[in-house]
Amino acid sequence: MNISSIAILFGSIITGNILLSYYLGMCSFLSISRELKSAIGLGVAVTFVMAITTPLNWIVYNIILVPLNITYLRFIVFIMVIAGIVQILEMIIERFSQTLYYSLGIFLPLITVNCAILGVNLFMIIRQYSFINSIFYGIGSGIGWLLAITLLAAIKQKISKNILPKGVEGAAISLIISGIMAIAFMGFSGIIPIN
Amino acid sequence: MVKKNNSMFKENIITNNPILVQVLGICSTLAVTNSVKNTIVMCIGLIFTVSLSSFSLSIIRKLIPSKVRMIIEVLVISFWVIIVDLALKAYLPEISKQLGPYVGLIITNCIVMGRTEAFGLQNPPIPSFLDGLTSGLGYSIVLIFIAIIRELLGAGSIYGFKLLGSNWVSWNIMIMAPGAFFLLALIIWIVKGYFLPKIEKK
Repeated sequence: MNISSIAILFGSIITGNILLSYYLGMCSFLSISRELKSAIGLGVAVTFVMAITTPLNWIVYNIILVPLNITYLRFIVFIMVIAGIVQILEMIIERFSQTLYYSLGIFLPLITVNCAILGVNLFMIIRQYSFINSIFYGIGSGIGWLLAITLLAAIKQKISKNILPKGVEGAAISLIISGIMAIAFMGFSGIIPIN
Repeated sequence: MVKKNNSMFKENIITNNPILVQVLGICSTLAVTNSVKNTIVMCIGLIFTVSLSSFSLSIIRKLIPSKVRMIIEVLVISFWVIIVDLALKAYLPEISKQLGPYVGLIITNCIVMGRTEAFGLQNPPIPSFLDGLTSGLGYSIVLIFIAIIRELLGAGSIYGFKLLGSNWVSWNIMIMAPGAFFLLALIIWIVKGYFLPKIEKK
């Protein structure tokens, strides 16, 4: 572990937040964020899958795809790995913890098509992270996504009783809130430079 | 048949626009729209993918067991996206580098998945192709509109041509993440609050 891993961890949580600065995972972000509890559930599930698939896809990419010179197949392979991991996770959670399954289980199928997961995996390849760094990047991005969706859900719950102008309710107000949040997160960029 | 196609055209581009009304697929909407050039390339890639994957899935729709249809959809979509990616790398390497992971993320773009799932799997190939095409066009119109405003305010240019002269002070925030959020929110607000009620009345 060296200093760059820590920088990547915090960078991916705050300044390079996968949602607020790369716009990934917006679809589920907008549709799930109505309720704080389910937002946290989805966020935890995403963090979990991201933390597992990022190092796993690093291994798959560098040990299988690169030597065979078939890196152009990475999209299909990554999606398959993600779908497989989600399926396995679902089975394991169902087997060992029924309560966790009922709170987390319904979100797992949604995750396969969440662009944030595939996005993090593709960024990890493009930025040529080492194996250790890819672990930190996966965990950090997941926590960053969890943080963003939790904050948005909390703010939306707070303003749910307010009267909004016609047309703003729903997607538009969520986008305005995320814009303000993105500005706030940008304020941290003096501490950790975006790479 | 012609009439049906016309109404589909209107529905997919205006009254049921994928971005403005259904709020789908906006991940890539926001990410690539800080320059008009990248946006146009991305849109062509998306239209190509959504229409052809809808078309090819519609051809084999009777052979797909419904339990595994999701995974087959993803595979077919990935196939077309890989073609787009390889073509971009070969002919427009610079833009391909700038778009980075967002070309690959067409796979998880909700519009592609949504159109194949909702239309392509139930209808014959030609209407599916047209449905994909019009949805893609509806998506592209909004995207290019956003890109024009963002590039104009953020860099004083459109498609790389300087328009606003050297006195223009660029609004850096339009190029960065928050600008996209605010702009899309504003457009959705105007369309939902003002234009859509009018169209529905007609």
